[in-house]
Amino acid sequence: MNIQEFLSIFISSVFIYNVILSRFLGLCPFVAISKDTKQAAAMSAAVTFVITASSAVTWIIYRFLLLPFNLTYLRTLAFVLVIAALVQLIEMIIRKTSPVLYRAFGIYLTLITTNCAVLGAAVLNIDMFFIGGKAVAGSFYYSVFQGICMGLGYTLAMLLMSGIRERLELCNVPKALKDFPLAFIIASILSLSFMGFSGFKP
Amino acid sequence: MKNLIKEFTKGIIKENPTFVLALGLCPTLAVSVSVANAIGMGLAATFVLLGSSIIISWVRNFIPAKIRIPCFIVIIATFVTVTELCLKAYSPVLDRALGIYVPLIVVNCIVLGRAEAFACKNNLSRSFLDGLGMGDGFTLALVLISAIREFLGSGQLLGHTLIEGFEPVFVFGMPSGALLVIGLLLGFFNFLKNKKI
Repeated sequence: MNIQEFLSIFISSVFIYNVILSRFLGLCPFVAISKDTKQAAAMSAAVTFVITASSAVTWIIYRFLLLPFNLTYLRTLAFVLVIAALVQLIEMIIRKTSPVLYRAFGIYLTLITTNCAVLGAAVLNIDMFFIGGKAVAGSFYYSVFQGICMGLGYTLAMLLMSGIRERLELCNVPKALKDFPLAFIIASILSLSFMGFSGFKP
Repeated sequence: MKNLIKEFTKGIIKENPTFVLALGLCPTLAVSVSVANAIGMGLAATFVLLGSSIIISWVRNFIPAKIRIPCFIVIIATFVTVTELCLKAYSPVLDRALGIYVPLIVVNCIVLGRAEAFACKNNLSRSFLDGLGMGDGFTLALVLISAIREFLGSGQLLGHTLIEGFEPVFVFGMPSGALLVIGLLLGFFNFLKNKKI
C-alpha cells in the first residue's frame, strides 16, 4: 500500500476511465437529471455516498462470506441485494438524522438502487483487487478509495453536463434533437475532450 | 392470435427498448464496438429477459405485492448468474470482451422494467412473447449501432473489410463515437416519429 497506488487510482477513475464518459455507467440519471445544476449536484452527492459505502460493504461480504465458503459465483446476486438493502438503510438513517439532507437527496436515493454505477464499482473493485481468488494487500483501502474516486468522476461529469445544458436551454435546437439526443451529442464532445487524458490509441 | 403476434412485434419497432423507450443504454454503448460483441450481449440479455419474464409471470400470483421488486431482482440475478457461468465456460473470449457488462445486465432497466410493467400482470404465453420481442428489439438496436461503429471505426464488418482503401475514423471505436452515434440515431428516430404525426 503506497501513495503512488492511490494517486494512480485517483487519476484513472476520475479522468481516464471516467465512470460516465468512458465506462458508460449510470447513464440514465446522467441524461435525465442533468438539466439543472442543483439537482445534478444532489444526485452526484448521493451517488458518491452510496458508491463509497457499497464498495466497503461489498468488499467485506466478498472477502469474509463469499470467498471462504466458495460462493463466488453468487457475487452478482449477493451484491445486488446488499446494495438494495444498503440504500434502504441509508435512506432510513438520513431521514431520522437529517431531514434537510433527506429532502435534498429525496427520490434520488431510491433511484440509485438500480444505478449501474454502484454495482459496476463493486464488481470492478473485486475484479481489480482480488487476484487469483486472494485479496491484494491493502485491497480494502483501495476499494473504498476507488469508490470515492468513481463518485468524484461521476460528480465531475454531471456538473460539466448540467452547466452546459443550462446554457443550451435557451438555444434554438432542431426539434428532433431536443432533450435526449442533444444530451448524448454533448456527452460525446465531453468524452472526446476526456480522451486527451488517455491518449489516442486506435 | 393476432394479439399474441402484436405482443411479439411491438418490442421490435413500435416500443423498441433502445430507441423509443431509451432504456438500458449503458451496455448498448459499452459493448457496441464490434458486431460480434453486440450479438453476444444481445443474446445474453434476451436470454435473461426471456427467462425472468417466464418465471415472473408464472409465480406472479404467489408474490406479495409489497416485496415484489426484491423478488424480481433475485429471479433476474439468478438468470444473469447462469448466463455469466455459461459464457465463462463456453466462450471465454466473449466473456472477456463483455467484461463487467455481463453482471450488469441485472441492473439493466429493460429487464426490471418489463418485469414490473408486463410480466407481473400478464399470463405465461404473452409474457414469453413480450420478453422475446423486447430482447430481439434490443439485439437489433445493438447490431445497428455496432455495425455503424465498426464500419466507420475500423472499416470492417464482422471482421471482413468491406471497401478497399477506406480510411477508418478511429473516433467511432472510442467511447466518444458511441455517444455520438446513439445521439444521432435517437434524433433520427424522433424525426421519423414527428413526421408521421
